[in-house]
Amino acid sequence: MIARRTLTLSAAALLALSMAACGQDSGDGAQEPLSDDALVIYSGRNETLVGPLLDKLETATGVDVQVRYGGSSEMAAQLLEEGEGTKADLFFSQDAGALGALAKAGRLQALPDATTSKVQEGFADPAGLWVATSARARVIAYDPAQAPEATSMTTVDAVLDPKYKGKVGFAPTNASFQSFVTALRVSKGEAGAKAWLEAFKANEPKAYDNNILVLDAVDSGQVALGLVNHYYWYERVAEKGADAVNAKIHFLDANDPGALINVAGAGVLAGSQQSEAATKAVDFLLSDEAQQYFADETAEYPVVAGITSTKHDLVPLADLEGLAIDLNALNSLEETLAMLDEVGLT
Amino acid sequence: MVVALIALIPIGYLVVRAAEAGPGRIVAILARQRTVELVGRSLLLVTLVTALSVVIGVGLAFLAARTDVPGRRVLAALAPLPLAIPSYVAAFAWISALPQIAGLTGAVLVLTLCCYPYVYLPVLAALRRADPGLDEVARSLGRTPWQTFREVTLRQVRPSAAAGGLLVALYTLSDFGAVSILRYDVFTRVIYTAYRSSFDRSTAAVLSLLLVALTVAISVGESRVRRRDVARIGAGVARQPEPLRLGPLRLPMAGGAGVVVVLALGFPIASLLYWFTTGLSAGLDAGRLGAGIAATAWLSLLGAVACTLGAVPVGILAARHRGRFATVIEQVTYAGHALPGIVVALALVFLGVRVVPWAYQEAPLLVLAYVVLFLPTAVGSVRSSVAQSSVRGEEVARSLGAAPGEVLRRVTLPLAAPGISAGAALVLLTCMKELPATLLLRPTGTDTLATSLWTQTGVGAYGAAAPYGLALVVLAVLPTIWLMRASAHDRGSES
Repeated sequence: MIARRTLTLSAAALLALSMAACGQDSGDGAQEPLSDDALVIYSGRNETLVGPLLDKLETATGVDVQVRYGGSSEMAAQLLEEGEGTKADLFFSQDAGALGALAKAGRLQALPDATTSKVQEGFADPAGLWVATSARARVIAYDPAQAPEATSMTTVDAVLDPKYKGKVGFAPTNASFQSFVTALRVSKGEAGAKAWLEAFKANEPKAYDNNILVLDAVDSGQVALGLVNHYYWYERVAEKGADAVNAKIHFLDANDPGALINVAGAGVLAGSQQSEAATKAVDFLLSDEAQQYFADETAEYPVVAGITSTKHDLVPLADLEGLAIDLNALNSLEETLAMLDEVGLT
Repeated sequence: MVVALIALIPIGYLVVRAAEAGPGRIVAILARQRTVELVGRSLLLVTLVTALSVVIGVGLAFLAARTDVPGRRVLAALAPLPLAIPSYVAAFAWISALPQIAGLTGAVLVLTLCCYPYVYLPVLAALRRADPGLDEVARSLGRTPWQTFREVTLRQVRPSAAAGGLLVALYTLSDFGAVSILRYDVFTRVIYTAYRSSFDRSTAAVLSLLLVALTVAISVGESRVRRRDVARIGAGVARQPEPLRLGPLRLPMAGGAGVVVVLALGFPIASLLYWFTTGLSAGLDAGRLGAGIAATAWLSLLGAVACTLGAVPVGILAARHRGRFATVIEQVTYAGHALPGIVVALALVFLGVRVVPWAYQEAPLLVLAYVVLFLPTAVGSVRSSVAQSSVRGEEVARSLGAAPGEVLRRVTLPLAAPGISAGAALVLLTCMKELPATLLLRPTGTDTLATSLWTQTGVGAYGAAAPYGLALVVLAVLPTIWLMRASAHDRGSES
């Protein structure tokens, strides 16, 4: 009896597997089969944030668009592993480091000058292998009740003051925080950066899992100061109204590592069958419409001159520019992580 | 054989990648002080979680099966359900309520509460199958209840507890979600960091191979414990044993068991419900939720079927043949289970693109990843089921002139059926919760509940994430119930 059932089950299983092998998918709104003339985008940026924008790409490029979402780092590793067999035509990354690694491995092709010249100076890879699509600034979030003096801070060194002992929130695993530490190494040198991190640790900062939770902690007064990216605060104000948000943010001096500008960006894969459509897609991400979307919907800085947010009161990018770090240098992340490990801030 | 080859895919890939590093670098990577330190931390976590899971799992199973503790029916039904809670969901629930729990304490707490059912289920099945006559004989010979429990009952459940403990140990070794949320630095974290920081696949591969070596060491240890399995003919006398009277201990015992269940099950679900109510304002994308449920159910079902088909031959081989060959094959299958999902996924990316480009990022390759990851779960179930049924039945069948194939079909498989069924349910459950390999290998445009949950929590939209978490728990409860029924009806050969 059971034997017969087992046999039936195996037969059914084999049938199911062979059906699956025919590329049938899970019956969820029947995806179009992947055709060779589709533009395949690997997006390390979150679907919730950029989905509505990427939905418009079909119209902009005139071809079918298929988007896969994942984590930027994991996708970069996946693209490296796929090598020339990749189906991906375009990589849309959350940070410059992942694009830098692909560029270094020769997996990206140069973009036309017409594309890279659209962005402001310093926002494209010097060899034109990738281009920034939006920018974010590191800021200090503060609780006005506990630290009203934050408005006059000029440097991130202020958080080392013993009066903030146990009162500074940060997100050690967050890529933007790690980029900030890389900027610290670039501006203060290895020994200087290590001394800074040791002093920071001695001040007993509170670690959180991500920027959102750091901002929550500042907002509720758990901590007095928090090291975050600027747009988290703008999004919260847009969501809850300015009166309902207790936390405020302060931009440090432009040449301070604590005011580092990070970028999200895109690059076209070497050997892509769709390089024309992929380039059109990059052009679309740099178009006024898309730049306005970043400025309004994700509260990021546009990288194309002349776009200002209609929703958020963003400090102009031009006022923030200062710290001259080749964004590719931010892929020396390994040394940064080793230093954080050594100091014990992970 | 084929199964073992499939299980070897990631190891082969790792050897290829590690070889690129060259011997000098390999030694340098392994000798780094940090590597040594993290191996130590991983082993500490594994030891604590496994020990606690065995104590809790055996304790709860004994209370539910052999004592007069009040509410034991409810206990028996609720105790395995924490399996339905993904460890990253539990970790998030705890850390959002108690931020100070981060670190070793939190990691041990969360992983133990998620993992003890791996011990509870096989031990409960063993207790229900074991003949209580032995305990009664011991009591009549003047042993105290405590001595009897120690000398007789525990001995009977030792193989099941060891098999469950092995699964707990391997899971803990490979878990990344919970330890990263709870910020306890262990081995998997370095592997992820190697990918994240420099996309340095060679370093990650060397470290992963070290993890494989640890796994083999752990599973060899487990098979030593298992060496003296007890098989018997028939299921003994099918009767309810006289429950052990706990007397004044009844209420404290019930209270203790209640606390475990509330912490492991009630707390994460309450947390999800809290987020669900706060996120209701955001609206619910019913279409996406439905598609997620369908995709999760379908892919997990394929994974469970494929895993079970692969596990039956390996499990029978492992239980019936004590040769070196069988042992090696069995232990090879354990390797995949201890590797972080990202490593197995990248191994299949490497293989898929080069060998079967038509299947890459389609269901078959993802199912293959599930097989590599979760085969041991199914193998363990099949093996202990076959091991507990006596080999004499098969020998009698052979002596009566049945061909080997017929013996397998008419004797061995029916005897192993409960184990096979339990194994399939366990794999189904584990596939539903899988995230890293699913992200990299799913068909473009398909989202499972786990990937949608990841998308929403990635932007901090915990309210919007909650429905996916709840749906995942509800969906995972179904195979858990099937598991319980499988172990309840596990009475060997009667049918």
